[in-house]
Amino acid sequence: MNTTSKFKGLSRELMALRVANELEDGTCVNLGIGIPTLVSDWIEGRDIILQAELGMLNTGPLAAQEEVEQDLINASCQPVTELPGSCYFSECESFAMIRGGYMDVAVLGALQVSEKGDLAGWQNPGRGLPENIGNIGGSMDLAVGAKKVIVAMIHTTNDGQYKIVNECSYPLTARGVVKLIVTDLAVISVTPKGLVLEEVAPGLTAEDIQSVTEPKLIVSPDLMEMQF
Amino acid sequence: MDKVYPSVDEAVADIPDGASIAIGGFFTAGTPVPLIKALARQGAKDLTIICMQMGPGNEDINRLVTNKQVKKAICNYPFYRSASRGANSPAEQAVRAGELEMEVYPMGTFIEKLRAAGAGIPAFYTPTGVGTVVETGKEKRVFDDREYLLELAFKPDYAFVYAYKGDRMGNLVCHMTARNYNPEMAASARITIAAVESLVEPGELDGDMVHVPSVYVQRVVKVDRPEYFPTID
Repeated sequence: MNTTSKFKGLSRELMALRVANELEDGTCVNLGIGIPTLVSDWIEGRDIILQAELGMLNTGPLAAQEEVEQDLINASCQPVTELPGSCYFSECESFAMIRGGYMDVAVLGALQVSEKGDLAGWQNPGRGLPENIGNIGGSMDLAVGAKKVIVAMIHTTNDGQYKIVNECSYPLTARGVVKLIVTDLAVISVTPKGLVLEEVAPGLTAEDIQSVTEPKLIVSPDLMEMQF
Repeated sequence: MDKVYPSVDEAVADIPDGASIAIGGFFTAGTPVPLIKALARQGAKDLTIICMQMGPGNEDINRLVTNKQVKKAICNYPFYRSASRGANSPAEQAVRAGELEMEVYPMGTFIEKLRAAGAGIPAFYTPTGVGTVVETGKEKRVFDDREYLLELAFKPDYAFVYAYKGDRMGNLVCHMTARNYNPEMAASARITIAAVESLVEPGELDGDMVHVPSVYVQRVVKVDRPEYFPTID
């Protein structure tokens, strides 16, 4: 359980399962570092190709201790395995593929998401580094290149500050790219009219979610409890 | 044509102060660790290092920082994820103290800058970074109603790359995800030094399976397979 604010939310594993249920068969998906990486645990056996941005398609599950091959890792530097049909290529080709529009979905972590779908995820100003220095990694390319960006994150900061905000105050990863936000408390879609509250975690209400979300939420007429 | 050097120390001996060096490897995978260690022993100063990271999965590079050999680092994911571990890492401390200049680019832009240099292209437009701090000071242009940033090629003096197999002529075969930045870095530099795990005679590699053609590689040196367990946190 996460106790990020006044509500008890879903575990990271259940958030990852909720994201996995959002993915369609026959798609190519890139998973970012952190909670998004856990999505891979829930799609074993499904017809989904995972891309690892260091240069691999059809990345398999995490390697067991005796299977570790140091030349075979994912973008989070975890030892992984091959699947039938796995292939390898250079980093340069990997990012050509990402910018070229071949990723159906990128699942990314975030520090803030705005009402307009702006994404801030690569630098926390609290770390005290210059504003143009930090771990950008592949996030900016994925954010602009993927057909759909899903953010998976804890709903608020550890001390209860908003992460879903009117305007991002942290350095941006990309503007207007996020389509869906999955948190430990809710599922929210980003639409031209604003943020639509689609689902709430078990036991929570729309009012609960609004109280930890800065922008005014539009409550979907089909609002439901998150299903697993 | 035989490009083999007898040792990593001899392969890096002529690198002068002020040189720029691209170093391959994605965290631990495909990082030419023996060449980095040799550079630390060699001692060249005021270097510009072009490398994904300055510590995570590549701790040997810290030696270059603590030796005060690095003037500038050009990276895409320079620091540990953990702020507390980062605060104790040499590169992050040096950046905070103003002792190390740093430029950070998005990962795709970073490697495309090197690819462009190797391909004779001085600059290119990319959609990545528009509307962020990355666009600061860069020319923007609209193509088909979308904004793009002009990014310039990097042309390093040297590249350190890593390969699973190489022949004496400099043809290289990479292994799995250890390929990553190595092919484009090899093509980008004036002098590319390849550390290879297995050194073979010309003709022993299947020409259809070569990932780095020999013309991109000027020096080849046999190294032992580095042992590490992947981790970056």
